[in-house]
Amino acid sequence: MIELLDTTSGAIAAEFVRARRRSGSPAMGMIMTLVVVADDEDADEAMKVARSASQEHPARILGVVLGDTRGPTQVDARVGIGSGASGERALIRLTGEVVRHAQSVVLPLLLPDSPVVVWWPGHAPDDPASDPLGSLGTRRITDAASAPRNRAKAMLNQCVSYAPGNTDLAWTRITGWRALLASSLDQQPGKVLSASVTAERISPSADLLSAWLGDRLRCEVTRKSSEGPGITSVVLSTKDGDVQISRSDGRLATLSSPGQPDRPVALKRRGLDELLNEELRRLDPDDVYAATVKCMVDGGTEPAARKRAAKRSSAKES
Amino acid sequence: MSPRIGRQSHRTDGNPLRDPQDRRLPRIAGPCGMVLFGVTGDLSRKKVMPAIYDLASRGLLPPGFSLVGYARRDWADEDFAQVVHDSVKEHSRTEFREEVWQQLAEGFRFVQGDFADDVAFDTLRQTIADLDRVRGTRGNHAFYLSIPPRFFPDVIGQLKEHGLASPKEGSWRRVVVEKPFGSDLKTAQQLNATIHEVFPPESVFRIDHYLGKETVQNILAMRFANEMFEPIWNSNYVDHVQITMAEDIGIGGRAGYYDGIGAARDVIQNHLLQLMALIAMEEPISFDAHSLRLEKQKVLSSVVLPRRLDLATARAQYTEGWAGGQKVPGYTEEQDIPSDSRTETFAAIKLNVETRRWAGVPFYLRHGKRLGRRVTEVAVVFKRAPHLPFTDTSTEELTQNALVFRVQPDEGITTRFGSKVPGSAMEIRDVNMDFAYGGSFTESSPEAYERLILDVLLGDPPLFPQHEEVELSWQILDPIVDYWADHGRPDTYEAGTWGPESAVKMLARDGRTWRRP
Repeated sequence: MIELLDTTSGAIAAEFVRARRRSGSPAMGMIMTLVVVADDEDADEAMKVARSASQEHPARILGVVLGDTRGPTQVDARVGIGSGASGERALIRLTGEVVRHAQSVVLPLLLPDSPVVVWWPGHAPDDPASDPLGSLGTRRITDAASAPRNRAKAMLNQCVSYAPGNTDLAWTRITGWRALLASSLDQQPGKVLSASVTAERISPSADLLSAWLGDRLRCEVTRKSSEGPGITSVVLSTKDGDVQISRSDGRLATLSSPGQPDRPVALKRRGLDELLNEELRRLDPDDVYAATVKCMVDGGTEPAARKRAAKRSSAKES
Repeated sequence: MSPRIGRQSHRTDGNPLRDPQDRRLPRIAGPCGMVLFGVTGDLSRKKVMPAIYDLASRGLLPPGFSLVGYARRDWADEDFAQVVHDSVKEHSRTEFREEVWQQLAEGFRFVQGDFADDVAFDTLRQTIADLDRVRGTRGNHAFYLSIPPRFFPDVIGQLKEHGLASPKEGSWRRVVVEKPFGSDLKTAQQLNATIHEVFPPESVFRIDHYLGKETVQNILAMRFANEMFEPIWNSNYVDHVQITMAEDIGIGGRAGYYDGIGAARDVIQNHLLQLMALIAMEEPISFDAHSLRLEKQKVLSSVVLPRRLDLATARAQYTEGWAGGQKVPGYTEEQDIPSDSRTETFAAIKLNVETRRWAGVPFYLRHGKRLGRRVTEVAVVFKRAPHLPFTDTSTEELTQNALVFRVQPDEGITTRFGSKVPGSAMEIRDVNMDFAYGGSFTESSPEAYERLILDVLLGDPPLFPQHEEVELSWQILDPIVDYWADHGRPDTYEAGTWGPESAVKMLARDGRTWRRP
C-alpha cells in the first residue's frame, strides 16, 4: 500500500496505474466499482469485508472516510492492489470542506462503463438515492441493523426513501429463511391462514420478513418478541396444521410440518462478507424487495384493503 | 431462463411465496434421498460425498435429505457416516461446519450386500420406506451407480425386481450413471436398452462432469449472449478449431479399466465431442433440455470422417521419460499392463462438420496422458487477414488470430491478435488479451458435481447427454477405433512431451500446427 498525503483524484488514479505496472500489468477483470462509505473507526474492518467480497466480484474498492467538516481541506489516500486479493483498493480520508463534496473525489475514480455500488456499513443517509455519493451508484446498500442511532426506526426510514437499486442487508439476512419457507410451502399447498414471526425486539430483518409474508400470503402476520439471537421462529398456519421453522441458537433450525417428521436444517446467521457477496451478485433493482418495503411503509397505518391496492400499483410500477 | 420457470411451475403452482422475480431464492431440491452404489470408490469419496456436503452447506438440499450407502462391506450406519465424514473433511470445497453436518447426519444409512443379493435389496427397500417415514423423503430417491458398467444389468434388474424403480403417484425415482457409456455403439445400445427397460429416458441422468463446469456452460453464454462473436463464427472467418484435453498423469490405478479402452474411447467420445458440439451447434430456440439436445444432435449427425483415416488421425503410447522433473515409466511398463498392449494413450482426430456454417473448417480433437501439462482448452483459430498492407518483414511474427476458451485449469478466455511493437519501425507481433475468472473467483464457483447432483435432484436435465447423443458419438468414433485395430501398433511419444511426431505431421499435411496449450 502506498500512502498519498494531501492528494487528488488524479494522483490516486495515477497510483493505480503505477501499482498495476509494478506487478507486471496483470489482467484485473474488474467488473464494478464498490464505494464503501464508513466512519473512521469502522473503515478498516469494512475494507476487509469488501476485499473478501472482491474475491468473488473483482472490483475497484474505494473506501471513503468522511471526517470533520471543520478545519482545512485535505484528501489523504492509501492505494494498493493485489496481495492475495483481486482488484484495486484505495482508502480515502477526507477532512474539511471537501467532505461536503466527496462525490467530486470519487467521480473521477469510477471504472469506465461498469456498475457502481455504494455501501454504507454503518451510518447511512436517510435517503441514500439522493445522497451525493449515493447518487453515483446504480446500487445502494445500507444496513439498518448497524445504524448507530435510532435503530428501531432505521429500517422504516430506509423503506420510506426506497428508490430502485436500494437494498438493506436486513433483507439479505433473511434469504435463507425465505428460501426455506418457500420450499416448505411447495410441499404444503393449502392456503396459509395466519403467520407469526418471533425475533429480538428490535430486528429489521424480522420486520421485513413479516412484511414479505404479509405481502405474499395476504394474511395477518403477528410479530412476537423473544431473546434472540436474531429471528427465532416463523410459523405459517394452514388448515392442515402449522409449518414451523424454529431456531434458538442462530445456527441449526428445526423444520416441522403437518404429517411429516421434524427435521434439522442448517440456518446459520451469516457474516458480513457473505451478505455483501450475495448483494453484489445482482446489480439490478430487487423488485421483491421493492414490494416488501412498500408493504412495510403501508403496513399498520392503513386498512387491509388499501394495502392491497398499494401493492397492486407497486406491482405495476415495477 | 424462462423454460426453467415453466418447468417448475407444476410444482410451485399457487405457492404465494414463489415469484419468478425473486432471483435471490435458490433452487432447493424437494424432499428426497439418494442411494449410492459403490461407496468405497474414488469418485464417491472424492467427488460425490463432498458435493453433497457442499450442497447442504449452500442450503440447497432439502431438510431430511438422506444418503444410503450400498456395498459389500460389513458396516453399520455409523461406520458409513464416518466414511462420509472423513471424505467431506478432506475433499469438500466449503468449510466444515457442525450445523451443516448435523442436518445431514441423521440421514445416513448403510445396506450391506452384493449386487445379486435379493435379501440385501429387500433391506434396501425397507430402508427407503423407513426413510420416507422418519426423514420425510416422500418416496423420492435417486440411485447413483458409481460402479463398473458390467454390474449395471444386475443392479438395475434388482431395482426393478424389488419395486424400487417404480415411483408411487406424485413421487420420482431416478438413476444416475457415470461414463463410460459403453465402449462402442453396440455396447452403448445394449447398456441403454438395459437401463431404459426399467427407467424411462427422462429419469436417466448420465453424468459427463465436463458439462457441469462453469467454463463449459460459459461457452453457450459467450456465443449466444453476445453480438460480436456470432458474425465471425463460421467458415468465412474461422480457419480451424483445436480442442485439447491433456493430462500430465499416467493411468495411475486405472489399469484394469484403461487397457483395451484407450484415449479415444475414454475421453474423445464423451468430453471432447460434447465440447465440439457446444462450439459448433446452431443457436437453440431456448435453453431447455430438449432444444439444446436437438441442436447438439444435429451437429453430431453432420460430422463426416475424412476419407483417409491414416492421414487424418494419430495415436500413440507414452514411453519412459521425464515428466515435470520426475522419471516415469512407459505405458507398457505400468503395473498390470501387458507388455504387448496396443491401447493408445494419445489420440488425435480430424473431423469435418458438413454444414453451411462449417464446411471446410476442420475440427482437430486430441487427448493424451503424460503430456506436457494438465490443460483443457478449445481454440478457435481464425484465418489470416486477406491482405496485409505492411511489408513482409513487419508481419513476420504475426500468426493467426485466435479465441481460446480455457476450460481448466486457470479458467478463462484468451484472445490473440496482432499489435504494433513500440518503436520507430512498424513491426507487428502477436499479443494475448486475457479474461480470467480469476484464481479466487473460481474458488467460490461450485464444483461440476454439485451442479449436476442438484440438477438430478431437481429433475433438471439440460446438462445431461441423452442416449441419442451417446450413440451418435459412438457412430463417429467407431470407424476410427476399428481402423486402428486393424492397422498395427500405435506410435510412441516420450512421457512429458506434447505427443507423437505423427500428430504433428497430421496437421502439417493441412499446413497447420498444434497450439502449445
